[in-house]
Amino acid sequence: MDTLLPIQDRGGPAQPLLLATGLRKHFPVAGGLLGRTTKVVRAVDDLTLSVAKGETLGVVGESGCGKSTVARLLIRLIKPDKGTMVLDGDPVDEPHGITVNELRRQVQMVFQDSYASLNPRLTIAETLAFAPRAHGLPAAEARERVRDLLSKVGLDPANYATRYPHELSGGQRQRVNIARALALRPRLIILDEAVSALDKSVEAQVLNMLVDLKTELDLTYVFISHDLNVVQYLSDRVLVMYLGKIVELGPVEAIYGNPQHPYTRALLSARPSMDPRKRTHEAPIQGDPPNPIDPPSGCRFRTRCPFAEDVCARTEPLLADTGHQAVACHMRVAGSGHSKARAA
Amino acid sequence: MTNLLQVRDLHVTFVTPDRTVHAVNGVSFDLARGETLGILGESGSGKSVTLRSILRLHPEHRTKWSGSIKLEGDEILDMAPKALSDLRGQRVSMIFQEPATAFDPVFTIGQQIAETVRRHTGKSETEAMKRAKDLLEMVRIPSPAQRLKAYPHEMSGGMRQRAMIALALSCNPTLLLADEPTTALDATVQIQVLLLIRELQREFNLGVIFVTHDIGVAVEVSDRIGVMYAGKLVEMAPVERMVDAPQHPYSRGLLASTVHDGMRGQRLESIPGAPPDLAEVPAGCSFAPRCKFVRPDCTTAIPSLRDVEAAHAVRCVLAA
Repeated sequence: MDTLLPIQDRGGPAQPLLLATGLRKHFPVAGGLLGRTTKVVRAVDDLTLSVAKGETLGVVGESGCGKSTVARLLIRLIKPDKGTMVLDGDPVDEPHGITVNELRRQVQMVFQDSYASLNPRLTIAETLAFAPRAHGLPAAEARERVRDLLSKVGLDPANYATRYPHELSGGQRQRVNIARALALRPRLIILDEAVSALDKSVEAQVLNMLVDLKTELDLTYVFISHDLNVVQYLSDRVLVMYLGKIVELGPVEAIYGNPQHPYTRALLSARPSMDPRKRTHEAPIQGDPPNPIDPPSGCRFRTRCPFAEDVCARTEPLLADTGHQAVACHMRVAGSGHSKARAA
Repeated sequence: MTNLLQVRDLHVTFVTPDRTVHAVNGVSFDLARGETLGILGESGSGKSVTLRSILRLHPEHRTKWSGSIKLEGDEILDMAPKALSDLRGQRVSMIFQEPATAFDPVFTIGQQIAETVRRHTGKSETEAMKRAKDLLEMVRIPSPAQRLKAYPHEMSGGMRQRAMIALALSCNPTLLLADEPTTALDATVQIQVLLLIRELQREFNLGVIFVTHDIGVAVEVSDRIGVMYAGKLVEMAPVERMVDAPQHPYSRGLLASTVHDGMRGQRLESIPGAPPDLAEVPAGCSFAPRCKFVRPDCTTAIPSLRDVEAAHAVRCVLAA
């Protein structure tokens, strides 16, 4: 059987393509006496998310919030300390499920640094053919696939197949990285700051291309970025992270039109104005995000939150549905004990 | 407003045994005291090279320059080394994108600010340290007395950038050069630093040149915006005018291709192709190969930077 045909849908459109439950990743920090682990970076803590078939899930947050760790967990570049993943009904890395290798055939990733993610000693054609060949595709078919992939990402095969990464511009290299991610005909692509290093005029080209490829190849995206405007442009649903936790999750219209969490609101109003007559006059929140080593107790945002009260330090707010979106804030939970919350 | 800085026909070429790069090809502009000029451009447009030329930070033996940069009448390109080091940090200072690498990791923040104060004002160590503490307070660093003793790695990115601003303003310069100072910062921190720069600029009536690739950032801080492409200014206009009615096809493309609120579902207008290689000086308009309005006369001669109305200049044959 040719293992490189497009993978058929199994569970139907209602079954999430990817379901991750209770993912946790803590990184030990060496230090203290005799280099023993004394502290941990709590990069991702009990995170549950699902990605629906055909959607683009945007993930936003500031540095250290764990968004790149989430990306690496979803494709198993790092192993979670805890938690399970299910890909279209198949548990990942469990006795009756699929292997990590099979996961990676169906889930691919594009990184921020277009140069560092390509092998400088391989031509573009060799890079693109590598995975299909490793999966048993005959050489002639692999060559055909390389040509097809390059055309898909808008690079003329006759012109680019024999070049090396350093002979390409940043935008062209990122197109090659996207082509490589498509080489095994995956269903889900994780784009981790994939357009962040590009100049604006080139970024627009790549964004247009991502939109086209998604329709053409029936793809699903997890789009991770610190750029709120680009996430708004591309995403169907948006997940906002702060210090390893989801603070808000919902449809893009709800998150941008009616944000409920004080952090989401601050993040959105911290965007520079595009109108010189409506400049920002006050920063929405002060200070930097705290270190993810020893995050604050209770709600991790409380140290920068203008509405923080005792309850916020005592108990951790859980992600609760508000009708349009899910929010982790005591102010939005009736009877939480916060003065701004409705009575139970 | 008095004229603080005058740049005329600046050319900067980097020459190495392997290749020659014409990074800046004839840049001219004026800056008034108390004015903020935003220079907007993509990577390789020559915006940072222009900025660094004002402090002559390029390696002398590999850089060829011509033209003129005058600060309050003094020609910077002719300055002797001693005069140049008096200039740097005293009359003109600079803040960089990455404060973690701009500070020396083995000295405390206090030592580094005090050193600059002593070099330029001849104050005693105690006086200089006192000044450093006042400066940290001015940039609103909490508990400044303790922070004087902190090493750069002990501070967060936002705090380090504030400390860098304190250092830059330590000798009351008249001109502040900012090279993408908020690019490496988180969104909620970036806006704090932008507001701080804007406020200090007003308080001290500083001339500021703010180089950035981010249109939103340029709009937040600038009085005027200059757009650079392939080592040339292609358009210069007051900020409102630049946002409302950009004239050069590149400025228009840049503004249209920047994703912002309310563009969801629309196809983005992108500029095809990539910026040119600067190994050779082109005979015509550098943007012509990517321009959808290109005409035969675009490639035969370099268009001049012409005023289309007061304070609005455009380098394009189509501009009227």
